[in-house]
Amino acid sequence: MKSRIRVLVAKPGLDGHDQGAKVVVRALMDAGFEVIYSGLRQSPEAVARIALEEDVDVIGLSSMAGSHMQFCRRLRELLEENRLTGKLWIIGGNIPKRDAAELQKIGLHGIFPTGSQFEEITHFIKENVT
Amino acid sequence: MTTERDSGSKPVINESGIEVKTLYTAEDVDNSGGIEMVGNPGEYPFTRGIHPEMYRKRPWTMRQYTGFANAKKTNERFKYLIANGQTGLNVAFDLPTQIGLDTDDPMAVGEIGRVGMAVDTLQDFEIAFDGIDLEEITVSLTINGAAAVLIAMYLAMAEKSGYDISKLRGTAQNDILKEFIGRGTWIFPVEPSVKLVCDTIEYCANHAPKYTPVSVCGYHIRESGADPAEEMAYAFCIAKAYTDGALERGLDIDEFAGRLSFNFNIYGNIFEQVAKFRAGRGLWAKIMKEEYGAKNPRSMWLRMIAGGGGNGLYAEQPEVNIMRGAYYALIGALGGAQTMALCCYDEAYTIPSEFAQRLSLRTMQLLAEESGLCDTVDPLAGSYYVETLTNQMRERMEQIMAEVDAQGGIVKQVSEGVIQSRVSAGAYDTQRKILSGEIHKVGVNCYEMDEKEEHEPQYHPYDEVAAQKQIDATNAIKANRDQAEVDRALAKIKDDAESGTNVMPAIMEAVKAYATVGEITNKLTEVFGHYQEPIRF
Repeated sequence: MKSRIRVLVAKPGLDGHDQGAKVVVRALMDAGFEVIYSGLRQSPEAVARIALEEDVDVIGLSSMAGSHMQFCRRLRELLEENRLTGKLWIIGGNIPKRDAAELQKIGLHGIFPTGSQFEEITHFIKENVT
Repeated sequence: MTTERDSGSKPVINESGIEVKTLYTAEDVDNSGGIEMVGNPGEYPFTRGIHPEMYRKRPWTMRQYTGFANAKKTNERFKYLIANGQTGLNVAFDLPTQIGLDTDDPMAVGEIGRVGMAVDTLQDFEIAFDGIDLEEITVSLTINGAAAVLIAMYLAMAEKSGYDISKLRGTAQNDILKEFIGRGTWIFPVEPSVKLVCDTIEYCANHAPKYTPVSVCGYHIRESGADPAEEMAYAFCIAKAYTDGALERGLDIDEFAGRLSFNFNIYGNIFEQVAKFRAGRGLWAKIMKEEYGAKNPRSMWLRMIAGGGGNGLYAEQPEVNIMRGAYYALIGALGGAQTMALCCYDEAYTIPSEFAQRLSLRTMQLLAEESGLCDTVDPLAGSYYVETLTNQMRERMEQIMAEVDAQGGIVKQVSEGVIQSRVSAGAYDTQRKILSGEIHKVGVNCYEMDEKEEHEPQYHPYDEVAAQKQIDATNAIKANRDQAEVDRALAKIKDDAESGTNVMPAIMEAVKAYATVGEITNKLTEVFGHYQEPIRF
């Protein structure tokens, strides 16, 4: 049995707004998770590769500038190719409510818009990592 | 939750860590350093304002941050804002442009024209500024990583349109050090990035002396989590780094310091913010005069654009942001800003709509026309509280700057990710306090509303047709330009970058030959390499 849950926090696309991602990294670290932060400008291919290489339990994306739908569609294909669909997949940031249903259809398990309580995120991860 | 105040037993500490008293008297002013640094507006140390008459003579320039899709659509929005009384332009570029990628780059998919206008070649600048009088309306380019290329495009476009660039005014943001701390549109490693900034300062000092090649931004450092004193202190450390670089080129301080400007954020405590601006003006003047021996008063001016941004806005009950914005603009005027770019109420979650842009513009116009803010200079001067706080803020800024210097300087601390880590720890602390209700945010953690009662937010649509048109237009230019001339110019950029020569003249030749942003950037990365982000918590 693994000792600690490993979470990847990744910044998809070209957007440089990383305040939220870094805040969540700190909150997850304080909650006892092992966190791998990707840094900025990750392609879907890079996110899938890091998830595979680091053998993470959770793939978390932080999107602030609106390009999350296209990114998640492509990442979904790569997760399938790499047999990573069993991982818990979550997204946070500036995510319009109207995108929620489509993101769930793509395969996102949890959506945490700006202003979400840290406990909501940590609780969700603990409950859903199998 | 309750919003009742404790009856004075709990200390009130402002964001910069200064304890605020229930009452201030003349004694507090004396104890904090007296009124030595107050002086008169338009005179050293400029605490009260850089001009003797300030808004009485001319209100602040109104320069909303604007740009989306392509040059044509952005040109239309520019003209709409000018028709509505806007007095300057502040151009937003899309992310591929900001990081030096062409529209047809695989990394640009889904990002073309999304958060600003897409630019590939000089033609995009020709379209964007078509029909706009560049002497009447000054233009600020919000560009950093690719600033050398876009400054060259602006100057080349102006020259082609018949302007004398030796008289041309305008501004580029071009503050790469803050991009490493927040905002993130870096391209090259830290040292060559700073070299490029110095190339633009040197080039402009010699060829476009009225142009402002750098606007140092505390703004985004604050957005990333710094407190107000840190915001200004880090900005000054950065401005000093560029100044040192320009001096090493053999320029005299008074040849370029008067063309440096600043960009600051506004949100939070009204008095702390006003004191921040007053304190900063005095401190920057002192640094320029005492440390750098500037003689021209202009070199000592803290010229600034200020305005609220995304971090001072909330997606919950977004209409409340209209009132927030009005207070931010009030602070900007009380703080003596030369220019304001006022955030829009929908900016917390989308590209501002035309309606939201107009409301922000009207807010500033209302303050300038109806409220008496322009009648007298620095109206809060002489308040025991404001003067005390101004002294305390200046002391705090000096302390932060001394700490940075003691730990190896700003370039080293940014390269190692030390500042980034400190700023992100600040953001985490603030967010915890908002989530726990310790800091009150109206409509967010107090006076909340049932989601169903809230208006459906309107989002800026992503224009895929405009993206494809942009790719087609650039392909057409590539097919029709003199390729030999482009190749020669690009080769010269690489040669100059390798030999450490100022690359601006070669970039000017390349943009005039319609080389693309991506082609020029690639030549520079062949020599400089790519930045590797330090991950440090």
